[in-house]
Amino acid sequence: MSDAPRPYGLVAEFDRPEPMLAALQRLRAAGFRRIEVYSPEQVEGVDEILERRPSRTPLVVFAAGVVGAAGGFFLQWYGSVIGYPLNIGGRPLNSWPAFGTTTIELAILCMVLAGTAALLRACRMPLLYHPIFDAPGIERASRDRFLVCIEAGDPRFDPDRLRRLLHVHDPVRLSEVPA
Amino acid sequence: MTAAAFDETRRVLEPGVSETSVTDHVSDLVLERKTPAWWWIGFGLSLSLLLLFVVSLAWLFIRGVGIWGVGWPVAWGFAIGNYVWWVGMASGGTIISALFFLTRSEWRSATNRIAESMTVFCVACAGIMPVIHLGRWWYSYWLFPYPNTMGTWPQFRSPLHWDFVAILVYVIASVLFWYIGLIPDMATLRDRAVRRWQRVLYGILALGWQGSSLHWREYRSAYLVLAGLMAPLVISVHSIVGLDFAGGLVPGWHETQFPPYFVFGAVLSGFAVVLMLVIPLRRALDLDGVITPRHLDVLARLMLTTSLLIGYSYGLEIFMPFYRGEHAEITVVLSYLTGHYAPWYWAKIVLNAVIPQLLWFRAARLNQPVLFTIAAGVVVGMWIERYVIVVASLHRNHSESSWAVFTPTFWDWATLAGSAGLFLTGFFLLLRFIPMVSMFEMRELVRKKKREGGR
Repeated sequence: MSDAPRPYGLVAEFDRPEPMLAALQRLRAAGFRRIEVYSPEQVEGVDEILERRPSRTPLVVFAAGVVGAAGGFFLQWYGSVIGYPLNIGGRPLNSWPAFGTTTIELAILCMVLAGTAALLRACRMPLLYHPIFDAPGIERASRDRFLVCIEAGDPRFDPDRLRRLLHVHDPVRLSEVPA
Repeated sequence: MTAAAFDETRRVLEPGVSETSVTDHVSDLVLERKTPAWWWIGFGLSLSLLLLFVVSLAWLFIRGVGIWGVGWPVAWGFAIGNYVWWVGMASGGTIISALFFLTRSEWRSATNRIAESMTVFCVACAGIMPVIHLGRWWYSYWLFPYPNTMGTWPQFRSPLHWDFVAILVYVIASVLFWYIGLIPDMATLRDRAVRRWQRVLYGILALGWQGSSLHWREYRSAYLVLAGLMAPLVISVHSIVGLDFAGGLVPGWHETQFPPYFVFGAVLSGFAVVLMLVIPLRRALDLDGVITPRHLDVLARLMLTTSLLIGYSYGLEIFMPFYRGEHAEITVVLSYLTGHYAPWYWAKIVLNAVIPQLLWFRAARLNQPVLFTIAAGVVVGMWIERYVIVVASLHRNHSESSWAVFTPTFWDWATLAGSAGLFLTGFFLLLRFIPMVSMFEMRELVRKKKREGGR
């Protein structure tokens, strides 16, 4: 079988989150690094086991808020002071209290757009095809099954050893994901 | 009160609901169910109302705003009243989906999709209204601050311009928030669909959602941030709508309480609309398992709370002119109470502040026909409130020589009914093509309840 194409990975399917988490712990303990979990909802504890860094989206959104507020205020200041100054009863042209609401709204607009963009970028969406979509049983990962995929790119990837490791945790099925 | 009856309003899930069953049921409603007769009837009626809207707008664009009853001094008529009404109802939906997400309320999961879908189309109706009420609507783009050959800039100090910005941001943010909330469910539909067109459609809409732990982590983080932005945004939007009025010198508008007063009314009407949608949809889509008496009870309590808040504002509205001793304002208030628009005024008091007091009684909160009727009364009452604020204040301004009465024309009513058609048409389409309950949130809720043991 040495001339067979290398698969994308090996996927183990579980019907409950608990054995999936146990299997995940075991895989990490065995030194596997390139693991991903596919689940119908967020499972508590997965991120900790996989030692994922927290999302950077809040930072991006905060930065966008600063930029949006500054830009929004500048827009109004420019329009009222430089672009089209109107003398209304001798009031100051840079009437900053009146610019507050629009500044806030534009800051929120920038933050919402940036948050959406950050989400899409971090998830690499839109991406209509991914090798994992060829995994047997992946269609149930959006319903009630929990899949653990060990990618072939992992230096320790060895299907036979993995099967032995995972078998203990009683997966519903174990299958290869074609590349 | 028996223990069983007490328990009825505590459960957010009925016994026997599992992650799998809720996912299958909700997605089958979209994918497998034969379109029922009531949907076709409702959709047909909505579509005919939408047609009326199109005709009203076409006639308006041909003839101008003279086809309405507006004139002088009542230059703001139905269009502005409708606008405040629609954007108010939208606010209620956002409050449910954003604010109660932040408070981690368990009852939100089953109702937020209905609330957000309602919001999207209420905002659409609201956005149209100010544009069509401009006498020269083809200049509406002048509100955008962009460098132009005329060398002009919009008047950034004007509450009306703040309002334009607020609505623009609110429309964009509502649609994005709604869509992002849909992505994991779209993936579920993609994976469960049998027909090719459904797989393609939902596959595209799901944007390639994999449900990987990376995706979930990013998703949770982004959704939390967006919800945290939506909650203050919705409050600010309706406060700015209130400032549209309070920024003027018209007696009856020139009130410091207007921003919160408008927010109270907005949230009240929003909860009422959500109730009016939830009660029939529970039955029509067999969602009794996930939308329980608890949800109705909570929504009814919220409606009662906001009704009390608005009642306080109504009292203040009467009290302040006398406290300040402003002659013109006292004239306006007396005209509210006894003048030409008094029947409208008292109708709003009864519908918004008096009848909802029934919700103090548990029996009323759990009686669906009664609840539906109260909610419908509130929706009508809130429209009347906006009408009275806009028209009755303008018709008695500072100068007695310009007092006049506003009389709505056929086209005023047609535009109002037509906008309801736009809302209903959109909502019926969503009802058919997107899951009306957030499936992934329900799965999370079911697991959480399982872990806690019991319900």
